[in-house]
Amino acid sequence: MRYAMAIDTKKCVGCSDCVVACQIENDVPHGFCRDWIVEKVVGTYPELSMEIRSERCNHCENAPCVRCCPTGASYIAEGGVVLVEAAKCIGCGACIESCPYDARYSHPDGHVDKCTFCIHRVREGLEPSCVSVCPTKCMYFGDLDDPSSEISVLLKKREYKVLAPEAGTKPHVYYLI
Amino acid sequence: MQSRRDFIKISALGIGGITLGSQGIPKLLGNGLFIDPVVSGMKRIPTYCEVCFWKCAAWTHVDEKGKIRKIIGNDSDPHCNGRLCPRGTGGVGVYEDKDRLTTPLIREGEVGSQRFRKASWDEALDLIADRIKEISAEHGPESIALFNHGSSGAHFTHLMKAMGSSNTAPSYAQCRGPREVGYKLTYGSVLGSPEPLDIRDSKCMVLIGSHLGENMHNGQVQEMADMIEKGADIITVDPRYSIAASKSKYWLPIKPATDIALLLAWIHVMIEENLYDQDYVKNNTIGFEQLAHHVKQMTPEWAYGITTIKPSMIRKTARLMAASAPASFVHPGRQVTWYGDDTQRTRAIAIINGLLGNWGKRGGFYFAEKVKIPKYPYPEYPTPKWDWRNILNGRFPFAALSISNTFIDATIDQEGPYQIKGWIVSGTNLPYAIPDISKFEKAAQLAKFIVVVDTMPMEITGYADVVLPECTYLERYDDLRTSPHREPYIALRAPALPPVGDSKPAAWMARELGIRLGLEAYFPWEKYEEVLEWQLNKVGSSLEEMHEIGIKRFPRKSGPLYQPENELPLFSTPSGKIELYSQQLADTGFDPLPNYTEHATPPEGYYRLNYGRAPMHTFSRTSNNPYLADLMDENFVWVHPKVAAKWNLETGQKVYLKNQDGVKSEFPIKVRVTERIRWDSVFMVHGFGHSNKQLTQAVGKGASDNHLITDVKIDPIMGATGMRGNFVTFIVDATT
Repeated sequence: MRYAMAIDTKKCVGCSDCVVACQIENDVPHGFCRDWIVEKVVGTYPELSMEIRSERCNHCENAPCVRCCPTGASYIAEGGVVLVEAAKCIGCGACIESCPYDARYSHPDGHVDKCTFCIHRVREGLEPSCVSVCPTKCMYFGDLDDPSSEISVLLKKREYKVLAPEAGTKPHVYYLI
Repeated sequence: MQSRRDFIKISALGIGGITLGSQGIPKLLGNGLFIDPVVSGMKRIPTYCEVCFWKCAAWTHVDEKGKIRKIIGNDSDPHCNGRLCPRGTGGVGVYEDKDRLTTPLIREGEVGSQRFRKASWDEALDLIADRIKEISAEHGPESIALFNHGSSGAHFTHLMKAMGSSNTAPSYAQCRGPREVGYKLTYGSVLGSPEPLDIRDSKCMVLIGSHLGENMHNGQVQEMADMIEKGADIITVDPRYSIAASKSKYWLPIKPATDIALLLAWIHVMIEENLYDQDYVKNNTIGFEQLAHHVKQMTPEWAYGITTIKPSMIRKTARLMAASAPASFVHPGRQVTWYGDDTQRTRAIAIINGLLGNWGKRGGFYFAEKVKIPKYPYPEYPTPKWDWRNILNGRFPFAALSISNTFIDATIDQEGPYQIKGWIVSGTNLPYAIPDISKFEKAAQLAKFIVVVDTMPMEITGYADVVLPECTYLERYDDLRTSPHREPYIALRAPALPPVGDSKPAAWMARELGIRLGLEAYFPWEKYEEVLEWQLNKVGSSLEEMHEIGIKRFPRKSGPLYQPENELPLFSTPSGKIELYSQQLADTGFDPLPNYTEHATPPEGYYRLNYGRAPMHTFSRTSNNPYLADLMDENFVWVHPKVAAKWNLETGQKVYLKNQDGVKSEFPIKVRVTERIRWDSVFMVHGFGHSNKQLTQAVGKGASDNHLITDVKIDPIMGATGMRGNFVTFIVDATT
């Protein structure tokens, strides 16, 4: 099993429903977020193009945050999902520094927090909260090891990219372009 | 209410090794890190959203502790298809907002200030009833006006009619009024909400200043995403590189205020190149010859000099629209009160749609249908001696609903026969919604009595003599939602929780006032559920059933969704056809065919003020919502890099804005330097710059566009307030 997410930048309008749904689902404190919107504008008026992305933890196969964690609080769980065990986390912040995606933040309770792919929902057979609410249905979640899964099919069919491939992290959030 | 910190503590307890697995209790999973908000133990109560007026049907989820945990779209609802927008999802914050109004308030200080004392409901309602009686005795009940926006308006409209006043003003004149009039004149019917646009199956959608995706009219945004997935074409006309522009095959970065020239040139190309649907036009329209003659000289080359859009692009886009017809349309827009010739612009759009032959066609406009909910058997209303039409006195002959701004004028008027003396304001923050703030303030000072009904201490409450705290949509029943769509549906709004504090539903307030005014006969129910139950029984449902399903679909009765091939459509215009040439306009002294009129351009050093929406906010009503403020807590003024260089502005720098009349923004606003805006205009998201300190989250953040809109371009056809004819410059203050 290899959980992954694909986000269709052509369909995403950047409404941030994914962000507020995540905050409510996961009780992310006000002022923090586990996912966010990036708007990348290229060109000069009026020759412009823009890519809109919903970003989050990339649940890397080669995760620098896991490698640098001194207590083992950051670990790779089922399906390759990168998690933080709050009780083991001493809040040193090494993982925050090591993450090329700036996906982690210090929770006011003293531990580090980030996207979990809503593993608590996935275990119940549900989609991550962000995916389930998206008005444009631009987000897809599934198992890359299953060649017939929607996400596997999409990644065969569509052109895509990952963020910061040069970091060698083998991320598992894909952007359809 | 359980605090967020408490919630985290439960989680920490879990990590200590205590296994809680039973229903309704947070359960441990894996290593004990996660509590599962999905688990059962939560009740779900149907509602339809009130954070905007798309009214998506949803389920409010309440946990065993009586906390609203989430609001999720109802899968059966075509407005949202189970997926709310960020505002609907963030509707939890409407309930949780700690700044909510929770007790009736009676003024102690000057009008415009926020000095109030708390009062009991009896005291507040008795005072309102006494003042309404006094004003009615002296000036007639017609001198009371209602300003309303949203579901509560219906309850106060009923009270007003029972009192003998039909002076009730919706947002018509600040929003889609000109569009409805333009369509009524051309097609004989208004478009309504949701607009019957078959975006889902369209091959080509043209947006004129409509920023779908930033205005989250949910169903339309969803269908736009469907279009994109299918590879259909979008053409966007906007001086700003909007989200929709970025999704478009062609973006036409038009010079602001010149849209009609572009529309006329498109018509020219369609006729000159015989691109229009000739059979359709012959069978279904009148006035084609006059139209063809009218646009003869309005070539793309003519329009180029006006719009700055290249002739080749005008031709290319006209051809694309025509090649995709009839699954092709120009979106008639929604907030269309821009330059004062807005009915004429909508007419031009309606004419193009006529040439494309898309009425009743798949991928064009479908025939919407809604469920007719029978009216509860109240006694007949008294006939008012006069109404808003008398105030207009022959102006704005095609206004179909009352014009809110003329109620402002009629409040200032101390001489004429049709004066407004008292206001009931429900769910609309007038100083952030109606342009020309000085006029509004003058009227508010002159009004003998103002009642404001709201859930939040919006700035309008500062002008009230009495403030009535309304509970939110999550804590009340309201009228059944019945809105036109591909199939007719009704949706129920039911309370998920009892009202917070001493807040009450509008239906209850209207009834209590009605009883105090001797109008018991109009309120023969104890609870509003009785009205709903009666209505539901009449249409073959019940409250019990609706509590279970939230939304109910009914079979279509009006005929097919699209026009059958072998039949001609019927139009309710005087001619029974689509009126390309409008005899009605000619007869009333207006242009029977749309003309381009040159509008003023910004003076040196000034930039046209354009405003719009952000997907996570609805006007000024959501800025204080804790979840939505997390997403966006202030607006920025968008500035083109060349303009920024001239003024030495950087992103994040605070400036004041000053308009052509010398009006300065109340608060500074941060600059956003971006290529996404034309050099001759600036853009800001509407609804920020709150001044009321009781809005603790929103106060002082960003600036209010409405305060800078002092030059109002009134549409002579129907009275709407054009708001895009204002120009601003920057005041760069080193201390900010």
